[in-house]
Amino acid sequence: MNWVRSRRTRHRLSLASIYVIIGLFAIFFLFPICYMAVTSFKTNQEIESLKGVPFLIQRGATLDHYRELFQKTDFLVYFKNTTQVAVLATIISMLISILAAYGLSRLAFVGSGAIATGIFLTYLVPESLLFIPLFKIVGSLGLLNKKWALLLVFPTAIVPFCTWILIGYFAAIPRQLEEAALVDGATYLQMLIRVFLPVALPGLVAATLFAFTLSWASFLYPMALIYTSEQQVLTAGVVSTLIRGDVYHWGGLMAGALLACLPPVIFYVFLMDYYISGLTAGATKG
Amino acid sequence: MTAVRTSLRPKSLTGILMCLPLFILIIGLIIYPFFYSIHLSMLNKRETAFVGLENLRFLLDYETFRLVVRNSVTFTFTAVFLKAVFGFILALAINALPTPGQRVWRGISLIAWVMPLSLSTLGWWWIFEPTHSALNWLLVQMGISPKPWLSDPFWARFATILVNVWFGTPFFMIMFLAALKSIPSMFYEAAAIDGANAIQRLRYVTLPMLKNIIAITMLFSTITTFANFDIVRVLTRGGPRDTTHLFGTYSFQLGIQGGDVPLGAAVSLFMFPILAVSAFFILRGVRRSIQ
Repeated sequence: MNWVRSRRTRHRLSLASIYVIIGLFAIFFLFPICYMAVTSFKTNQEIESLKGVPFLIQRGATLDHYRELFQKTDFLVYFKNTTQVAVLATIISMLISILAAYGLSRLAFVGSGAIATGIFLTYLVPESLLFIPLFKIVGSLGLLNKKWALLLVFPTAIVPFCTWILIGYFAAIPRQLEEAALVDGATYLQMLIRVFLPVALPGLVAATLFAFTLSWASFLYPMALIYTSEQQVLTAGVVSTLIRGDVYHWGGLMAGALLACLPPVIFYVFLMDYYISGLTAGATKG
Repeated sequence: MTAVRTSLRPKSLTGILMCLPLFILIIGLIIYPFFYSIHLSMLNKRETAFVGLENLRFLLDYETFRLVVRNSVTFTFTAVFLKAVFGFILALAINALPTPGQRVWRGISLIAWVMPLSLSTLGWWWIFEPTHSALNWLLVQMGISPKPWLSDPFWARFATILVNVWFGTPFFMIMFLAALKSIPSMFYEAAAIDGANAIQRLRYVTLPMLKNIIAITMLFSTITTFANFDIVRVLTRGGPRDTTHLFGTYSFQLGIQGGDVPLGAAVSLFMFPILAVSAFFILRGVRRSIQ
């Protein structure tokens, strides 16, 4: 009896210490986000003041920073540009990735195995290695400072990754399914649309989410390729134009940064499980 | 001959056609730019004359560039190590929770990783603000002297690593948690029958089973951490006095802002060896985990 009780207390103790560890991590992860939100609702006087607790709004909340963001800055222009570019880049990248992943996983041709490995390698090539030559190439095409140029460069980061995880999802589809469709006289394209896409839907959702999130978050390419406000996207726009010298601008800056983060975070909250399965598949399957 | 015949079969032909957009993209916008970058790095500043390896030689003797190399290596290895340790602790902790709680905590942890990094770094930039912000306020409350976070080289490096650890730990946690779930419970039962305590189970069951995924995740992260641009660009712009630059930010400063495209290209190409080595071992690890 004594033994049982001591075991139970020990179990409860270890569970409590686990919650302490997780709680500390949760504070670490969420603190910047909460602090950004608190700052964005504070008045400039309170942000400027050296009295009071920085984590609390003690002198009344205000929406002024958000109002100013919409009325006095180009925030909405950036938002529109980012939405257009991210949606189109996602569609283009998914079309290329789906076709290629299907071709590589099912319609085997000479060297398709080596090509799949090659795709994996290109997905390890980082943006910071490519942005200088891409800057020159975009320039020679006369596309510098045009937001549509981003549609050319975003897929370089997205397509290899999406193709790689889709190959994994497609390869897991049983052969019998497509044989049945072939007997019915379906073409390869029909088979892709009627058999592969519905069965691999979780993989498609995961890949689409990644394509969208990566396009939305891209920072280096817009920094290198775009330099006027009417063509700029959110990340580079918020960082380079909302930072102003001497005046206290923190409230507006935090409001802009938080609003700009919202779309990917909302998608993530609703589609978390797809996101996580895609993430783990990207590194291990294939 | 058979190879040619196989590739002419309608099935193979369709396959090749379907991969065509991907090939065009990879060749035109990844492989060609890579070699073009090597070509660019061998030109003079105005891109009018071929100077061979002059830019590379110049950089190797240039004190600021050596600083960039040292800082990139310190930044990458410190951050990857800390992310792996924290990610492992967090994964073990979440894995020990009752199942319904796991989902919630996993979800909360990953938010840091989902936010666009350049924007969340802005939040950190504000946190590190020396006079009006939270971090120094906390230090003062605890009786510690406030720190010049982003204007002192040591603390600025510390800050960039901290933000990288904040951003990257969730990724490690997710990878490790998935791997922990795939360990058959009978291994732990067998170890328990043999009288193994918690530390021994960790040492002789968990770690050996996770070895491969730990290696792959750390190598992956080495590439992305080494090539990081957003954190340093937003937080310090490479300062104070170029002490926090990474290859990406320094190459941007020289090539795009300074207008010396060849020198910028040369800086970014110096990343290639460490990327290639990591990629080689990742490929080996992934192949091994499939078998």
